[in-house]
Amino acid sequence: MTDLLLDRYQEIVGEDVINNLRQLAEPLRGTKVVHVNSTREGGGVAEILDRMIPLKEELGLKPDWEVVVGDAEFYQCTKYMHNTLQGNRFEIPQPLLKRYEQTNQENAEHLRGQLEEADFVFIHDPQPAPLLNLCPGRRGKWIWRCHIDVSRPYRPVWKYLRSLVEPYDASIWSLAEFAQPLRHPLYLIRPSIDPLSEKNEELARSELRDVVERFNLDPDPPIVVQVSRFDRFKDPVGVIQAFRLAKTFTPLQLVLAGGGATDDPEGEEVLAEVRAAAVDEPDIHILVMPPDAHRTINALQRISDIVVQKSTKEGFGLTVTEAMWKGKPVIGGEVGGIRLQVHNHHTGFLVNTPEGAALRIRYLLTHRDKLAEMGRKAQQFVLENFLITRHVREYLTLMLAILRGTEERIELQ
Amino acid sequence: MLDPFAVKDCALIAVATGERAHNLRELRDRLETTRPGCIYYHFWGGLLRPSFDDPEYQNDFAVWAYHGLHDRFLAERLALVDPTDFHDLEDLRRELIEIIEERLDENELVPWAAANQQFHFTRSQIVVFDTRTRISKPEELKEQIPQLTVGSVFYHFVDARRRTLSRNDDFSEWLKGFGNSHSELLAQIAAMDPYFKSLTELRSQLGAIFKEYTGK
Repeated sequence: MTDLLLDRYQEIVGEDVINNLRQLAEPLRGTKVVHVNSTREGGGVAEILDRMIPLKEELGLKPDWEVVVGDAEFYQCTKYMHNTLQGNRFEIPQPLLKRYEQTNQENAEHLRGQLEEADFVFIHDPQPAPLLNLCPGRRGKWIWRCHIDVSRPYRPVWKYLRSLVEPYDASIWSLAEFAQPLRHPLYLIRPSIDPLSEKNEELARSELRDVVERFNLDPDPPIVVQVSRFDRFKDPVGVIQAFRLAKTFTPLQLVLAGGGATDDPEGEEVLAEVRAAAVDEPDIHILVMPPDAHRTINALQRISDIVVQKSTKEGFGLTVTEAMWKGKPVIGGEVGGIRLQVHNHHTGFLVNTPEGAALRIRYLLTHRDKLAEMGRKAQQFVLENFLITRHVREYLTLMLAILRGTEERIELQ
Repeated sequence: MLDPFAVKDCALIAVATGERAHNLRELRDRLETTRPGCIYYHFWGGLLRPSFDDPEYQNDFAVWAYHGLHDRFLAERLALVDPTDFHDLEDLRRELIEIIEERLDENELVPWAAANQQFHFTRSQIVVFDTRTRISKPEELKEQIPQLTVGSVFYHFVDARRRTLSRNDDFSEWLKGFGNSHSELLAQIAAMDPYFKSLTELRSQLGAIFKEYTGK
């Protein structure tokens, strides 16, 4: 096996894709790029950055990844921001907003030199958004990357955030529906998964068996899995309702596996609600995972028959992508990026209610040939559209387009 | 000596303009002012977007008329607009506006889309890669065409019509450099309609034409 990451990706995606990446990266060789987010572990953003940085490095860029650090009040504020931007109507208390600004000022003190020197700075989500204004000597291009669904935000909070992100040189959104009008280019880039990461690589059968034993799962009845943070927008209680409905027709086990992220203070509260909803049901397994349990999550997705992601709001839904990559059909909420990945009767089913999810679970378990066929199509769909190589290609294209001030066409030699 | 045919590949990156339409009148208004690149993207960009189905309607305006406004009449009329019939994007824009205005005249009420079904105007930037593959004889295309990526098919067969003075595909432009020796082949390529096919179908059809022609 080769040590070069690009060679390993080439085995999966083919030579053409890698050659294109090399061509795109050539004019950007030596470019200093800094990504800033608010957590090193847990959640899709951290996972993407963890995998993207080495790939950009191998392509000749000079990437770095920094994390803003705050106290409980800071994370409470950014959680409120997250929820209100996704539509909850709630006034964020002024003292929390003050803490948010103050925390960014504190972080700017030690990040300023690096950020002002960088050729490109990618700021992820609202947490570090004020940094741009706190780096007046910046010489590079600053991009704000929004990973959440801001299609119908609570307006006062969006208005506050807009004043922070409007001065950026460009922003990136996962879907056109999420993009709010701003006076700079609004790029549409879907996130991705890394087929070589611990979360997605092939696992030995023995490792899968170990996981079945470790969590006292029964090897026989079908297993339905939802992997996600314990967050109300992921509707774990709705999944339990769907499971109870489906179980009246067929023997079934449910695994709800979720980790906490350091920037999510609501997790404990939601977990308690989930435990209450699952009481007296031995076939529901609620597994609280540490943020680095990537191999275990990988195994749980692989031993499942069906993966569910019954979100009521979703940025993109990388757990859907992960499941599809493992050849599993997905029953997903008809929201956000799930709609781009789950195509009815092709890669799974889109649903709006626990009843809908139960109906589709029952359908797939009684049509095993369809289940297998959808799983194959799902994997191929991810291969062609949602792997990290496509994601990096789009980031590099954006960087070149911004550097060259290109309106429509970038010709590479 | 004619330059060899340089095989290129391409990818599109989408850029939202922030313009939205909630109803048919707003769509008409935005269409009047939006950049030509948006009209291009909503007609051709779908060819390179992740999708499964053979689309029922070939362009995004028709798809929205059907799924967003639930107006089958309008969807059918918009779907029948073939962009290759128009000299440029401004002519195409005028045709779209005509069709929409006709529909507005027919209806007492302006059809609305649900809040989560708005039309989002999007344009694209294209990045063009050099595959380093060069073709010096038309016979070689028989072997090369089935190997082309969908990005290459898009670049040489769709994007070319926007790039070249004659608004033709790159294969035909190159073959013309051989004088009249390939006029039969040129006629067959000219008969292909790029609009109502997926890129893989276009590749198969082109491959079959070259195979048959060079096999003679």
